[in-house]
Amino acid sequence: MLRFTVRRLIQLVGVVAVLSLLLFAWLRSLPGGPVSALLGERGTEESRARLTAELGLDQPVITQYFKFIGRALSGDFGTSTGVQPGTPAMDIFLERFPATLELSIFAIVLAVAFGIPLGYLAAKRRGGWLDNVGVVGSLVGVAVPVFFLAFLLKYVFAVNLQWLPSYGRQADALEATRVTGFFVLDGLLTQEWDAAWDAFVHLLLPGVALATIPFAVIFRITRAAVLDVLDEDYVRTAESKGLTLQTIRTRHVVRNAMLPVVTTIGLQTGALLAGAVLTEKVFAYPGLGEALAISFERRDYPVLQMVILMAALVYVVINLVVDLSYALIDPRIRTR
Amino acid sequence: MTTTKKDRVDALASTSANKADDSGVSLAASAWRRLRRNPVFMLGAVLVALFVLVALFAPLLAQHDPGERMLADQVVKARNEIPPAQAGHPLGGDLQGRDLLSRLLIGSQQTLMVGVLATFLGLIGGLVLGTLAGALGGWVDSLVMRAVDVMLSIPSLLLAVSVGVLFSPPNVYTVIVAVAIVQVPIFARLLRGSMLAQRHSDHVLAARSLGVKPAAIVFRHMLPNSLGPVIVQSTLVLAVAIIDAAALSFLGLGNPDDSIPEWGQMLGTSQQVFDSHPNLAFWPAGCIIVVALGFTLMGEALREALDPKNRR
Repeated sequence: MLRFTVRRLIQLVGVVAVLSLLLFAWLRSLPGGPVSALLGERGTEESRARLTAELGLDQPVITQYFKFIGRALSGDFGTSTGVQPGTPAMDIFLERFPATLELSIFAIVLAVAFGIPLGYLAAKRRGGWLDNVGVVGSLVGVAVPVFFLAFLLKYVFAVNLQWLPSYGRQADALEATRVTGFFVLDGLLTQEWDAAWDAFVHLLLPGVALATIPFAVIFRITRAAVLDVLDEDYVRTAESKGLTLQTIRTRHVVRNAMLPVVTTIGLQTGALLAGAVLTEKVFAYPGLGEALAISFERRDYPVLQMVILMAALVYVVINLVVDLSYALIDPRIRTR
Repeated sequence: MTTTKKDRVDALASTSANKADDSGVSLAASAWRRLRRNPVFMLGAVLVALFVLVALFAPLLAQHDPGERMLADQVVKARNEIPPAQAGHPLGGDLQGRDLLSRLLIGSQQTLMVGVLATFLGLIGGLVLGTLAGALGGWVDSLVMRAVDVMLSIPSLLLAVSVGVLFSPPNVYTVIVAVAIVQVPIFARLLRGSMLAQRHSDHVLAARSLGVKPAAIVFRHMLPNSLGPVIVQSTLVLAVAIIDAAALSFLGLGNPDDSIPEWGQMLGTSQQVFDSHPNLAFWPAGCIIVVALGFTLMGEALREALDPKNRR
């Protein structure tokens, strides 16, 4: 296990190194080049000249690359020009990351809580109505553009029925105390129940919109995995040994079927930020996704590069964790 | 779009790898026999065929010029009014007074082009990388696969927007490139997997011992045998490409020129007025969902049919 971990870590370093090269090249090819990217269109001639010297753009590319790495490592991504003008991009990240994390956790919990049991039931009653509805539904779910679904939910439940709020994370009027940056948790910690409830209600619509694709994928993978396992010889053996149905299900079927499902959950979690860009924009939910969406409109390159880099890093790390947990569950992986 | 990418790709690659044939019928023939009886495949194929037919005959079907603001006098910006459904214009007009039905019909052409070109570009890129890696192995393989890993390490939509933001101003071809790049690593992984699996298979060994040139082995023997999963993936990617193009439009990175309509663009730009004119979003969204569903159904049915495990 240790050797496997070390090998994966070395691979991770390689991926991150190439990733940083790509980011560097990407940053330089953004319209206007890195100076405009960091200063935005607001930069004066003087500040442009200063930054050009500061960034060492007259120096060899190799030197420039290592300076870029140095700045990125120290968390210096320049100052936002469009999302929250004047604020360092890193501060925007720190402020908005908990919002996106809270939304993502809520969405993935929803997707798992419905996807796994329904996928299991669908496989157990293969060909039944739940199975058919589920399979068709999961295919339709993937075919619906996420942002359209988000608009639809907003239109029905927030605009027409007015059951749920249509934008934001929490009503400002509540003046809730901030502790962790996770608003629901904050409300519970400070025992401001109304604040916690309000934050939770704000999570519902964007959470459901964000959860649809992971739900559809988790449902299908669970169903396929359970079907595969039900066909296995060891399940038949277990049956013929006279084990109770309950034991076979928990010890043999579910346990073995969970392997691919765990991977899927991890990968879907990592991909949530992509969906969050769309959902957060629709619901004006002040997270990283919304920051990214605004940064496109206003050409806020410092925020743009910061969010992209962070998203890639989070994704890479989640992938690593998935690989490791997979190896932990299934010893056969380690020797490959 | 979704990201069981690695898994899905690997699973696909491995299914095509061991085509142990015991029935005497080629995999393609037995797959087709099962597909013809498969209602899922047929439904998907009908939807896709309908889409292609509409795109082909759109100029005949559309009653009006999709770019002409013929109902412009009925657009009242101050009162947020757009032309309602009326005689000759069954779906009414859009924000600029253009006939919505004609725009939807003509839009099928550009939508089909975006989907096909993006898939094709992604496929070509993946084909080159995957064939290089799978056929040559060694350090070429390591290099290509690390590059692919890096591309897969960015959530797909974010990769598309990172590419899209490089083009200023964007047009329909930059959108296609942005959507296509996301698919390159997926195709590359897929091909490399099935090529690697074949390197030590009997038919390649036989060709090699007969003295067939390495290039011929790769192109005449290995590549054709790897195409099954690639075709499946292409069908699925067509759906993804159309949806991703819509997402790019929604984020303001789409083609700003809407004189030639495209569904993703129509949907993306109609979102600003969703609360007052949801029908402007419903129609293009409906078209996209139906077409994406068609391609997905076809792809899923094909995948199942080509899986040797399912041969009965």
